[in-house]
Amino acid sequence: MNPTPLTDQASPLDRQQAERLSRLVEALSPGQASWVSGYLAGLAAAGQPAAPAAAGPDAGARITILYGSETGNAEAIAERARVRAVERGLQARAVDMADYKPRELRQERLVMIVTATHGEGEPPDPAEGFHEFVHGRKAPKLEGTRFAVLALGDSSYEHFCRTGREFDQRLAALGAERIHERVDCDVDFEEGAERWIERALDAFARHAEPAPSNVVAFTGSGERQGTVHDRKNPFHAEVLENLVLNGRGSDKETRHIELSLEGSGLTFEPGDVLCMVAQNRPETVAELIGTLGLSGEETVAGPRGEVTLAEALTHDYEITTLTPPFLEAWAQASGAEALQALTGEGRRREMLEFAHGRHVVDVVGQFPVTGLTAQQFVDMLRRLQPREYSIASSHNANPDEVHLTVAAVRYHSHGRDRHGVASTWLADSVSEGDTVPVYVQRNKHFRLPSDPSTPVIMIGPGTGVAPFRAFVEERECRGAGGRNWLFFGDRRFRTDFLYQTEWQRWLRDGVLDRLDVAFSRDGRDKVYVQDRMRENAAELYAWLQDGAHVYVCGDAERMAPDVHRALIEIVAGEGGLGEEQATDYVKGLQRDRRYQRDVY
Amino acid sequence: MASEDDRSRALGRPLDELHPNERIKAGSDYLRGTIAEGLADRISGSISESDNQLTKFHGIYQQDDRELRSERRRQKLEPAYQFMVRVRLPGGVCTPEQWLTLDELARTRANGSLRLTTRQTFQFHGVLKHDLKGTIRGLHEALLDTLAACGDDNRGVMCSVNPHLSSLHAAVHPLAKRVSDHLLPRTGAYHEIWLDRERAIDTREEEEPLYGRTYLPRKFKIGFALPPANDIDVYSQDLGFIGIEEHGALAGFDVCVGGGMGRTDNEPATYPRLADVIGFCRPDRVVQLAETVVTIQRDYGDRVDRKRARMKYTIDDRGLDWFRAELERRLGWSLEPARDYAFEHNGDRYGWVEGEDGRWHCTLFIENGRVRDREDCQLMTGLREIARVHEGEFRVTGNQNLIIAGVKRGQRRRIEKLMAGYGLEDPAHHSAVRRSAMACVALPTCGLAMAESERYLPDLLTRIEGIMEQAGIPEQPIVIRMTGCPNGCARPYLAEIGFSGRAPGKYNMYLGGGFHGQRLNRPYLDNVGEETILETLGPMIHRYARERREGEPFGDFVIRAGYVAEVKAGREFNDPA
Repeated sequence: MNPTPLTDQASPLDRQQAERLSRLVEALSPGQASWVSGYLAGLAAAGQPAAPAAAGPDAGARITILYGSETGNAEAIAERARVRAVERGLQARAVDMADYKPRELRQERLVMIVTATHGEGEPPDPAEGFHEFVHGRKAPKLEGTRFAVLALGDSSYEHFCRTGREFDQRLAALGAERIHERVDCDVDFEEGAERWIERALDAFARHAEPAPSNVVAFTGSGERQGTVHDRKNPFHAEVLENLVLNGRGSDKETRHIELSLEGSGLTFEPGDVLCMVAQNRPETVAELIGTLGLSGEETVAGPRGEVTLAEALTHDYEITTLTPPFLEAWAQASGAEALQALTGEGRRREMLEFAHGRHVVDVVGQFPVTGLTAQQFVDMLRRLQPREYSIASSHNANPDEVHLTVAAVRYHSHGRDRHGVASTWLADSVSEGDTVPVYVQRNKHFRLPSDPSTPVIMIGPGTGVAPFRAFVEERECRGAGGRNWLFFGDRRFRTDFLYQTEWQRWLRDGVLDRLDVAFSRDGRDKVYVQDRMRENAAELYAWLQDGAHVYVCGDAERMAPDVHRALIEIVAGEGGLGEEQATDYVKGLQRDRRYQRDVY
Repeated sequence: MASEDDRSRALGRPLDELHPNERIKAGSDYLRGTIAEGLADRISGSISESDNQLTKFHGIYQQDDRELRSERRRQKLEPAYQFMVRVRLPGGVCTPEQWLTLDELARTRANGSLRLTTRQTFQFHGVLKHDLKGTIRGLHEALLDTLAACGDDNRGVMCSVNPHLSSLHAAVHPLAKRVSDHLLPRTGAYHEIWLDRERAIDTREEEEPLYGRTYLPRKFKIGFALPPANDIDVYSQDLGFIGIEEHGALAGFDVCVGGGMGRTDNEPATYPRLADVIGFCRPDRVVQLAETVVTIQRDYGDRVDRKRARMKYTIDDRGLDWFRAELERRLGWSLEPARDYAFEHNGDRYGWVEGEDGRWHCTLFIENGRVRDREDCQLMTGLREIARVHEGEFRVTGNQNLIIAGVKRGQRRRIEKLMAGYGLEDPAHHSAVRRSAMACVALPTCGLAMAESERYLPDLLTRIEGIMEQAGIPEQPIVIRMTGCPNGCARPYLAEIGFSGRAPGKYNMYLGGGFHGQRLNRPYLDNVGEETILETLGPMIHRYARERREGEPFGDFVIRAGYVAEVKAGREFNDPA
């Protein structure tokens, strides 16, 4: 961690205080610094030592930063914004939309919204209730409220950043004043988000109340307690085991990977995510460089400073997925009509259809550009993103390890074999004894119930089963008394029953109370987890009535909506409710955090 | 040794004094057990251990691919459980329509191949639990079943297929079928479990009038032979019927009892035994006689030690005279004195022959009974195409071969063309040794196998063929049989050269069996590998080529030459050579 140097000019401290604090800060580990920051903030919040708050230009106005987070990115940005605000001497709080009481909205003067967008343009699960409230008839008039929105999304989806755009429009429609323009960030959001925070805070600073002067936050203290590794400083974890879970004859390749966390200080809870700083395949890099007609030795300025093109393409840039910004840039550079036809207004669907199954190299090859420099090329690309995997083990059960369940993505399209970046890197290039750079990302919207006696229903087909292995391990390890019910599905019983013998043991030992499985390719009729749920509707409803929590993990495109529909139908059928009431019941579950999803 | 009236190890003793399997049978509610629940369980591809004992009575045998065990354990997958499903096919006869059903089930529900067995029936391998019901239903729709194809009951009844003697076959085959049907378990379990029939009102008292609730102590085998062919190895059966032809018609049968192959390594109290001929019986008394023999074994068989539970031990322990007396007492009539007959061979005769009714029969050599397509020979496809046009029937031989039987003169060309088109080999391409050889399934599926058999014997034969070539007797038939364990499915103890597996790559070798199945062989080498086998057989075969007498089979020669002493009775089998 590199805090901004403390001087008497840059802080409210006198020289001596600044020096003493500087020395202390230098000696702190990132985790300690984070703790100290929280400690001082806590002292302030508790009102002691109390210092009179200076009245700001807009008295009583603190900034409320509301975030709707799917994977934790929006949350991390919101937290960073809060810290930056406090650094500027402003009062600010960051609140998860899921925890926010909507009726407080009416009193807010300064609102920052940081939100992700879910797969097909819906709000992230935790933001759903607040999103609905704001868009509903009960939404308050917001004249006198000032706001700014940061939207996070993935430009390879049709409804890129839709939730952020909706909040932006809706708050304005409710009479609030937009004091900074919305920014839509793609998956490489880091720089854009940083700029937005600074500029938005510039605007808010004119209206916000200064924070109590004795609270000082450290730059970059957005890291959470206990987490000492992040994207910029990942832990190099040794691979302990890397094996294929699918039996012979399977058309799938799902890997079980065990990594050593010994000495990392990394901790995690069931439901958390392990991020892997991956690299592109050498063959893919070489093919792209060759297609560009470059050597790879060219120097480019990238996020890590000046490196060779080959180096940059290996570690820094997404060189497979075709993003709309790249297509737009390439359309311009190449002047190709076929591409330009895809980039006009309202052509997003056509563009995504074109991008589907194609990679950067296909476009580069099909629409060559002469005289393009290496730098110009990399500037069109988006940053290579860490890959996120739901952790498949319990930290309590295996304190020095983290287990992952990774499906190797391989397919053939438009005449080329395609490879998922991280998954096939793990599959093809990483052996036991090698290390992989990782860090933990919290996923607090996917948490076991705090009461160990609460029953749990887990729905996780395919690699979606990963966090449930962690859940069950954790519940076993803690001796949690609550019942556990897992729904699992995949293609074939014989080869694709992931962790079969472990579930069998947990069933035998009474840790797992029920296990229902659906294999879609075994019979003439395709059977899925939602079919098994319907077959067990009465019992499933009885579990819900007993307070069970429901968790869904896995495919967002088809499985999660199908399971969601099945859940509503079951509630309607078994509870004797109309469709609308059943939908409300399920929404209630979501609101009460009894229905949590981690879908991708 | 039990005295004649000793029932201390037999039916009627408290169950806890008997073998655990007796308790499983007794508690199974006539073979129901928890099979239905086990099938409904989706979490495992297996069924419970006690149900495993019970499904055998339904013709279904749980196995797993043993080669994948450790790999799958690491993959956190249970063993690759799968099932062998054996069809009940009395006398080995099926229609072309039935063949097509079997072929389709093999391709859609099993591992894509059909296995002809040494007891003239079909086995499917690699059937997954969730495909079991569909398999049994498919068979049922083709009027086939699997009931009592395995288990402690009367197994599939064998019958000579001798194609020359069409009228005798026509007389004997229905008898074989009648005996098989008559001795079927009567429980409703089969229909309830596999065909979803409702259970009839509780008639438990009469559910198994013949077998009772603990069935037989062990399996029971019956076969009908038609001299001069002993293609069903009649002396290996618990109960054998040897057809006696007089004046061109079936006069009746010489009856033999107490045959059986199974033995256990290092347990000298176990041994293969040939059946003894005890008299003659008319065709109309065959069913009664078969039932009565079964009841004696039911009442007196050893239910404590399953290794000594076959009828051969009941007879040896109490004496053949006792057995005959008990049989005649129960029958209420006496057997007539045995009549004369003569066997000439126990192998098959290949190629086309014309039967006495003017129809043609073609015996195909099916190596190790395995019907599947290979690159050079589309056996499975070819037989399917033949079944589509064939108007006669198919007969599976006791040597795992297949007869396309009852072909009208005008149809023969058409079938020959199909055979040629799909590369169905002229058996003459194979040496006489290969054509006479037999191997059981063994690895990777059979849970009992300790060594390879079906997958290895062809290679070993290639080497033995080389020796015979060198010795200048490439066309001399020598009966060679191999099994992966000592239980004897391929009847190795009747072979001139027999092998039974001891460990991967290691076999016991036996020498001196009778060429037409009339004499047991004797252990010669214990637990040896291929090198020792070939080093031993090489000089023997060369000497045989030089010193054999006119028409002297290899099995006779090794006794005359002093390599092994003749085995005159099963209980001498384990005596030093």
